[in-house]
Amino acid sequence: MNTNTPQIVIEVRDLRKSFAGHVVLDGIDIDVRRGETLVIIGRSGCGKSVLLKHIIGLLWPDGGTVAVEGQILARMSSRELYGVRLRFGMLFQNAALFDSMTVAENVGLALAEHTRKSRGEIADMVAHKLELVGMQGTEHMMPADLSGGMKKRVSLARAIAFDPAYILFDEPTTGLDPITAGAINDLIVELGDRLDVTSIAVTHDMKSAYKIADRIVMLHEGRIIQTGTPEEIQNSDDPVIHQFINGLAEGPLRAI
Amino acid sequence: MAIFIRGLGRAALDFFADVGGLFLLGMRLLRVLPRVFGSPRLLTTQMLYMGVNSLPLIVLVSVFTGSVAAWQAAYQFEGFVPMRYLGTAVGKAIIIELAPVLTALVVAGRVGASIAAELGTMRVTEQIDALEVMAIDPVRYLVLPRVISGIIMLPILVIFADLVAILGALAVAVNMVNVSSETFLNGVKAFFYVSDMVAGLTKAAIFGFIISFIGCYQGFTTSGGAAGVGQSTMRAVVVSAVLILISDFIVATLMFRL
Repeated sequence: MNTNTPQIVIEVRDLRKSFAGHVVLDGIDIDVRRGETLVIIGRSGCGKSVLLKHIIGLLWPDGGTVAVEGQILARMSSRELYGVRLRFGMLFQNAALFDSMTVAENVGLALAEHTRKSRGEIADMVAHKLELVGMQGTEHMMPADLSGGMKKRVSLARAIAFDPAYILFDEPTTGLDPITAGAINDLIVELGDRLDVTSIAVTHDMKSAYKIADRIVMLHEGRIIQTGTPEEIQNSDDPVIHQFINGLAEGPLRAI
Repeated sequence: MAIFIRGLGRAALDFFADVGGLFLLGMRLLRVLPRVFGSPRLLTTQMLYMGVNSLPLIVLVSVFTGSVAAWQAAYQFEGFVPMRYLGTAVGKAIIIELAPVLTALVVAGRVGASIAAELGTMRVTEQIDALEVMAIDPVRYLVLPRVISGIIMLPILVIFADLVAILGALAVAVNMVNVSSETFLNGVKAFFYVSDMVAGLTKAAIFGFIISFIGCYQGFTTSGGAAGVGQSTMRAVVVSAVLILISDFIVATLMFRL
């Protein structure tokens, strides 16, 4: 990570979003620096995934802007937006593999659709990506035959298939056993180092956040209440953050 | 009273939201239309599924449709109308009305429902979002091949339905009504107009569009997990069936001038 003059690559400004009168995001400002892994933490249903989906134009703000490399998403034509999306990869919460396709077809779809590469070339690239996530040799399996952790790995291979500059992770470890979750965390860190990408992850798994984050942002009631390094967050004296990161039932927050 | 008016207002809002949503999806569809042959495999997969795989069911339905049409017509004709007109009446009814409408209703139940369920599941499991993130327009990738395949395959299914239904009617006429096959077929041929056939197939193409387009729209707008998928599937079938019958009437009044 370049710490001298961090270049801001994704800028979120005063982002607001409501669903049916319920305010989910209430003026969010975030700067994402090139090469870092930013982790957004917060309780379930606090709007973390909603925020992530705004960054890639799957949802549109009621107010405020999202800019990628200085370009505001909402002002783009659909062609320009698709151009930006090609530089993104996303790991969805439940993997979101296309269940009518094999593992190889899932991972190779973007290559088949957007490049003129031959089947053989695509097969080689797919094999390489699967190897990166430790899923080599599973090309002909169907998503239904895979366990939760394997699905996440394949989904990660699919997310990096087009060599993205940015990867978004939506709850990368949710629903996985601790060992598999640990392996996914290692994979995220390893891929970040090897592929030189900028990553944004949302999670409520603090173990995962500490392991992968360069910086952590805490989202609470539609606002950001603190931004800092994992150490700064760990040593925060904000009672809400203290309660959240330590998983305490007693405190300013109530269990839902 | 207030509850009634509120309910009415909500229903009206939902209706206009749906009309607007259908219009927007239609516009997106028109924009990607030139790329229909860009991915021939997507189209052929859908044509195979909608057309070829629906054929056994259509054949079964058509045989009995033709048979009952012949039997009921013979019952009405008995003592009033000469049986040499049996083939005429049954043939016309099949080609203009019965085959297109019944085929469409059966396909709405089979294909429309499955489109809505498939795309609805893809929506709630974020597979459609995944396509968007991969810069693949889901309207081009999912909706376009289904709609085009519906418009092409429904008329083809109706041609089979016409043929099988007339054969079913013939079998009843010969074996149960005592009309010779020659008399029956001469009756079919005597007043056969190509324009009837064209009208029947035009209807079929319109019905094919309705079934696939409504199925895709319902799938795309699904929310709320498994229950939402069930709702969308049900709505796809009900809305298509109603629109098929309404558009059938409109096309009939436009194509058959008194």
